[in-house]
Amino acid sequence: MSDHTEQIKTAENGFEPKILVFACNWCTYAGADLAGLSRLEYPPNVRVLRVPCSCRVNPQFVIRAFQRGIDGVLVAGCHPGDCHYTTGNYYTRRRFLLTKRLLDFVGIDSERFHVRWISGAEGPKFQEVVTDITAAIKAIGPNQKLCDYFPTETLLPNEGGDNQ
Amino acid sequence: MKRVGVFICHCGTNIAASVDCAQVAENLKGYPNVVFSTDYKYMCSEPGQEMIKETIKREKLDRVVVASCSPRMHEPTFRRCIADAGLNPYLLEMANIREQCSWVHPHDMERATAKATDLVKMAVAKVSHDAPLAKSFSPVTKRALVVGGGIAGIQTAIDIANNGYQVDILEKQPSIGGKMAQIDKTFPTLDCSACILTPKMVEASSHPNINLITYAELEKVEGYVGNFDVTIRRKARSVDLNKCTGCGTCWGKCPTKVDSEFELGMTKRKAIFTPFPQAIPNKPVIDREHCLKFKTGKCGLCQKICPTGAIDYTQEDELVTTRYGAIVMATGYELFDHSVYGEYGYGKYPDVITGLHFERLINASGPTMGKIKRPSDHTEPKNVVFIKCVGSRDETKGKAYCSRTCCMYTAKQATLVREKIKDSNVYVFYMDVRTPGKGYEEFYNRTTETYGAHYIRGRVSKITQDGDKLRVRGEDTLLGRPVEIEADMVVLATAMVANADAAKIAQLVGFSYDKDDFYTESHPKLAPVETHTAGVFLAGACQGPKDIPDSVAQAGAAAVKVCALLSKDMLETEPITSEVDTKTCAGCGHCVDVCPYHAISLTTIEERLLGQTITRSVANVNTSLCQGCGACTVTCRSSSINLRHFTNEQILAEVDALCQTIQNK
Repeated sequence: MSDHTEQIKTAENGFEPKILVFACNWCTYAGADLAGLSRLEYPPNVRVLRVPCSCRVNPQFVIRAFQRGIDGVLVAGCHPGDCHYTTGNYYTRRRFLLTKRLLDFVGIDSERFHVRWISGAEGPKFQEVVTDITAAIKAIGPNQKLCDYFPTETLLPNEGGDNQ
Repeated sequence: MKRVGVFICHCGTNIAASVDCAQVAENLKGYPNVVFSTDYKYMCSEPGQEMIKETIKREKLDRVVVASCSPRMHEPTFRRCIADAGLNPYLLEMANIREQCSWVHPHDMERATAKATDLVKMAVAKVSHDAPLAKSFSPVTKRALVVGGGIAGIQTAIDIANNGYQVDILEKQPSIGGKMAQIDKTFPTLDCSACILTPKMVEASSHPNINLITYAELEKVEGYVGNFDVTIRRKARSVDLNKCTGCGTCWGKCPTKVDSEFELGMTKRKAIFTPFPQAIPNKPVIDREHCLKFKTGKCGLCQKICPTGAIDYTQEDELVTTRYGAIVMATGYELFDHSVYGEYGYGKYPDVITGLHFERLINASGPTMGKIKRPSDHTEPKNVVFIKCVGSRDETKGKAYCSRTCCMYTAKQATLVREKIKDSNVYVFYMDVRTPGKGYEEFYNRTTETYGAHYIRGRVSKITQDGDKLRVRGEDTLLGRPVEIEADMVVLATAMVANADAAKIAQLVGFSYDKDDFYTESHPKLAPVETHTAGVFLAGACQGPKDIPDSVAQAGAAAVKVCALLSKDMLETEPITSEVDTKTCAGCGHCVDVCPYHAISLTTIEERLLGQTITRSVANVNTSLCQGCGACTVTCRSSSINLRHFTNEQILAEVDALCQTIQNK
């Protein structure tokens, strides 16, 4: 078994962060699928949200996720120059450079937010990136900043007690 | 209240082995909007799909979540399935619990099950905001435009025309034919280039479905796939093509002599001229820059002697707009300006020439009637040196890429020198010999073995004139010693580069180009003739250096793509496109700037405000051009532009659904 499996097994200190991955449909989502096809294990902390292009990800989505208590966010798309939509990931790059500074400014640890380029052929890179990010966030603990609003009432009228 | 049905697939044991599917289905019962939740062994199977369809009807579901494999795999399957049951196919979402869950978390069923539950909840949140979408249709104009009348453009046009569609060839020179018309022989078979090209030129000009527009340039391109409105500037030819018979009286008598572009300045042409004898159309143009009538107002001889009265000095450029369904770019290439290599002394030493000059020198209809003669003193050279990679594979002074054709045409030219001048010596300086093509390596072997060309691996450092000889100094890196050759003539294999105006034309038509200004194909392997702009295709060397066989092959490929497009009466467009809320749009135009497809423009709307009619500017999306990337949505300050099927509300709902499950904070 790889070190990744080791990391998954040894990291049982109680805190399991929840990490949101915005993955572009053409590269990173395909890369995540390839990781699955190749049975490359990684921590079950990540949840992939599919978007057409990384440039579809509004920095406000990231901020919303932190507000709602997410522990980490990864925005991932095609490598620069390989964007399915030609130039989308260049916008991503510029927007999130600024977003990272903003998050830093408001006190969100920069380890919690990452932008990575993962192609459809890079299943192992997807595994490596999400494993590393999970480990780093585990080390810094749960996100308690900004996490001030938890709309259980408004959005989850039928939800059972386990998630309160 | 939405009525969402959730279907969890076991995929045999692919999912069920590490995700407790029944538990996931159970967890979703009672989740907002979910009215039905179940699991099944194989959702994509016939009985699985039947179950979905029956459940939709029985439970009156209005949207569906299938949790199974990647949507990249089975989204079309399940969209068809729910459409069969009467739902709009876009009211489906998939949760990827195989590739992105069970397969990657095989040893922790509890957490894999929790993750699968999260993923399904996210899908439910998204599907609850899904809106029914319909593909839209736009008509197709069944006429294609081929820009560039070289071999690639001619072949594309002939192939399209033979399929029964109308094609226009737009050529900026007075004649079609392109670079191939200037070449003497073609490797590796040594057929005469003109002998195989001119029949194709004639076929193009006489084909009932092909219309030649020569001596004309692109002016403006509007519209989109299926309906491009192209404005072409027909430059003033000063000759009425309908009256002219091409008899040649005018250019026989014209008193003004100008360097011939076709012969690369090695002979003269007249001010009224056809570029070469086999030109098509074989009708002249007046070069207004040099014509005495236009320069001084005197002369007018051609008009006096023209037997059909075809000469018209008052002609002006004419702008013509035509609608085309598809555009093929076949604009070709130029040769690298090697004057940056001062050490080779081009321009200083007349006997240092380029490969294309050599083609004209050796051509039977060229300036020397096919006799190889030195440009300086018209004597036959005995020692000929060829230098390869002049501008290619040289990042500091030239281009990083390999021009692909130079190894072969240098071998061809070396062979021809040895064939025509029996007592000659041929030396070829090379970095590597690259012969990837059918019969190419064999041809190169013949050049060295049968024809005895001397190949020297190394670069030339300096060429100096020594009396009537050229002294070529270089290094033989295989022997590790300097070499010096007394040469009579030096031929430079200059790189193929993009046309000087390639980038400008790409911007005008609206597609992308690379750092060297070569046109970018949509996918380097799987879509080599398409561009990122729907309806615009590529053929030949405008996409990257290539030889004649590859250009012809690419031309055929582009033609098939065009025919596939023109064979449709209506074009179907994906409904996942941006839409503008004109109520809140302020018309700032930021979205216009970021759109890579030029799909967004500002338009003026009229509305009533406080009893008055006002006009204001708002963004407008051309859904035929929009590819649904979403770049515009983020740039919009008032969130007035949104991407259908991936709306802000949908993505935020997914984020919320995920975050609501965070425990133990």
